[in-house]
Amino acid sequence: MAAVHGDAHGHGHDDHHPSGIMRWVRTTNHKDIGTMYLWFSFTMFLVGGFLAMGIRAELYQPGIQILEPELFNQFTTLHGLIMVFGAIMPAFVGFANWQVPLMIGAPDMAFARMNNWSFWLLPVAGTLLVSSFFVPGGAAAGGWTFYPPLSTQGGLGVDLMIFSVHILGASSIMGSINIITTILNMRAPGMTLMKMPMFVWTWLITAYLLVLVMPVLAGVVTMLLTDRHFGTSFFNAAGGGDPVMFQHIFWFFGHPEVYIMILPAFGIVSEIIPTFSRKPLFGYSSMVYATASIAILSCVVWAHHMFTAGMPTVGQLFFMYATMLIAVPTGVKVFNWTATMWRGSMSFETPMLFAIGFIFLFVIGGFSGVICAIVPIDIQVQDTYYVIAHFHYVLVSGALFSLFAGVYYWLPKWTGHMYSETLGKCHFWLSMFFFNLTFFVQHFLGLAGMPRRIPDYNIQFADFNMISSIGAFGFGLTQLLFLYIVIDCIRGGEKAPQMPWDGATTLEWTHLPSPAPYHSFETPPIVK
Amino acid sequence: MGLMNSNSRANMMMFKKLMVFSLVMFVFGYALVPFYEKFCEVTGINNLLQPDVLTKDNWVDETRWVTIEFDANTRGLPWQFKPLQSSARIHPGEPITVMYEITNSSNREIAGQAIPSYSPRFLEKHLKKFECFCFTKQVLKANEIRQMPVQFVIEPGLPADVDTVTISYTFFELPDGGSTAKK
Repeated sequence: MAAVHGDAHGHGHDDHHPSGIMRWVRTTNHKDIGTMYLWFSFTMFLVGGFLAMGIRAELYQPGIQILEPELFNQFTTLHGLIMVFGAIMPAFVGFANWQVPLMIGAPDMAFARMNNWSFWLLPVAGTLLVSSFFVPGGAAAGGWTFYPPLSTQGGLGVDLMIFSVHILGASSIMGSINIITTILNMRAPGMTLMKMPMFVWTWLITAYLLVLVMPVLAGVVTMLLTDRHFGTSFFNAAGGGDPVMFQHIFWFFGHPEVYIMILPAFGIVSEIIPTFSRKPLFGYSSMVYATASIAILSCVVWAHHMFTAGMPTVGQLFFMYATMLIAVPTGVKVFNWTATMWRGSMSFETPMLFAIGFIFLFVIGGFSGVICAIVPIDIQVQDTYYVIAHFHYVLVSGALFSLFAGVYYWLPKWTGHMYSETLGKCHFWLSMFFFNLTFFVQHFLGLAGMPRRIPDYNIQFADFNMISSIGAFGFGLTQLLFLYIVIDCIRGGEKAPQMPWDGATTLEWTHLPSPAPYHSFETPPIVK
Repeated sequence: MGLMNSNSRANMMMFKKLMVFSLVMFVFGYALVPFYEKFCEVTGINNLLQPDVLTKDNWVDETRWVTIEFDANTRGLPWQFKPLQSSARIHPGEPITVMYEITNSSNREIAGQAIPSYSPRFLEKHLKKFECFCFTKQVLKANEIRQMPVQFVIEPGLPADVDTVTISYTFFELPDGGSTAKK
């Protein structure tokens, strides 16, 4: 084992490694790459968050105050694209890079060089996406789902977005291939599939979903590109194409994508809840099967995003029932987490708070999802703030809260320092309060009929919008506190013991010191 | 480093398999296009280019009148396109033939395809078309004038509160001039 991986700027490392910036450019170390993924996604989170602040500032009062409608549409579009492809997805890949080798006892990822490449594609794609604001005509403005005809008519910004999605897709596919190969081929002796930590299981299934649907997304944006510039008519009715077909192909990708963003979150929570309940995970094998069922079902429910696009009743019924069926394996998971906590000796450190907050709020988002699945209700709430509230409950208090939980949980192992528990708890309670202030009222706005993606609104929606905006500003500021806590933890603080949490059982806690050495498990551990 | 361990051959095999799988899924994305068209054709969804057949139990509801307004547009091609009558008044269930006229006022041969649109939208369910110039592409030589029929019946099942409907056609130019819109 080599020297210890010191701090974020990492001066303590192997002597034959380049130092300074070249260390990061050329690194093939899974921990370095994981760190870069996490910093990249946090940067994009701040950019996407800035756009969200712009949106909420405009919606603070009725009327047009800050953003012209064109720019407002660019803000909503890019907010969605950046948060989905730039923040949430790379953050989970960052976790996979750090944790998968540590949790299965592997020395590194299977394809270390490709790993470096799949990371360095991201800043390119991110730059393309953000720079599209500054080209003539501005950024893409047709919504993050870029439906034609708006996306076939838009300007240069749409082309930049298309290329950016291509690059992000390539990065995701390479990352997934790496993760699948690592998990299937490089587990420590004795670690059978059914002994893998849940986080590793969820990532294995997620990675399969990614290689299944990411190429389809690449295909559909390529069709869009050729429709725009090379005279094809895939989505152009005048040339014999069909714009509704875009929606089908897009959501064939898009719905599994939703689960790509939540399954690793389930994995993180399934690690944290047992640790802080000091009990093994209840129903481990049912958790594995539930994850797999969710993944399979997620591929046959896509048209529930399109109930109003025109569909025979039989189709609507099929997609409605299939969607509601997903609530069953998801319910299995929620009950298993609850049963894990039942009569456990629970303690409530920050990771546990975020994990419980996750369960609580994700269930609300899940229920509003079941409500949206019901065709007659969906026709009412389609494209209203009810849907916005629903998917922010699953993506912010779902995916993002699990990411926070995971960061607090593993920071001691990554940095060798304990974070400030007091500040961590402040971060949790402030996030919890402001998140609900922002998004709970949006349910009411949606039910009352406020449409999404519009910069102005009727006076009747004014009060709830003001509340929501205040919540959003608070939530945004709270995340700067998170940045401070993480930097503070990297730079110093109480030394973390090898096993800071009593109940942890996975290899990174039982076999490795804190911080985890730069090269770990060069001799694989034996798992009994 | 862990790269050159005994796993690396197995890893490369896995890499190749997954790359092939990704490529197959990329092609699958494109395969969804003909699949989608075939699916719509077989199930009769989006059935714009197929004539309907009259069912035997068709009857004429002589107790009510429906006014049909005819609308004609072109989009991006130098044609004049108009119905020879602007509206008609019929009993539901009664077949009617309406003539349309297109004039190619340019000096080149142009192929166009008409796409129908109905108001109210649910009229589509109650409209049975036996013949229409919109079922095929129309190729007009330079300065050619053509008259073409639409023959249809509005079924008596049309909701009772509807007394005026609009049938609209828009001609689009077929970019390649030759091969027709596939569906």
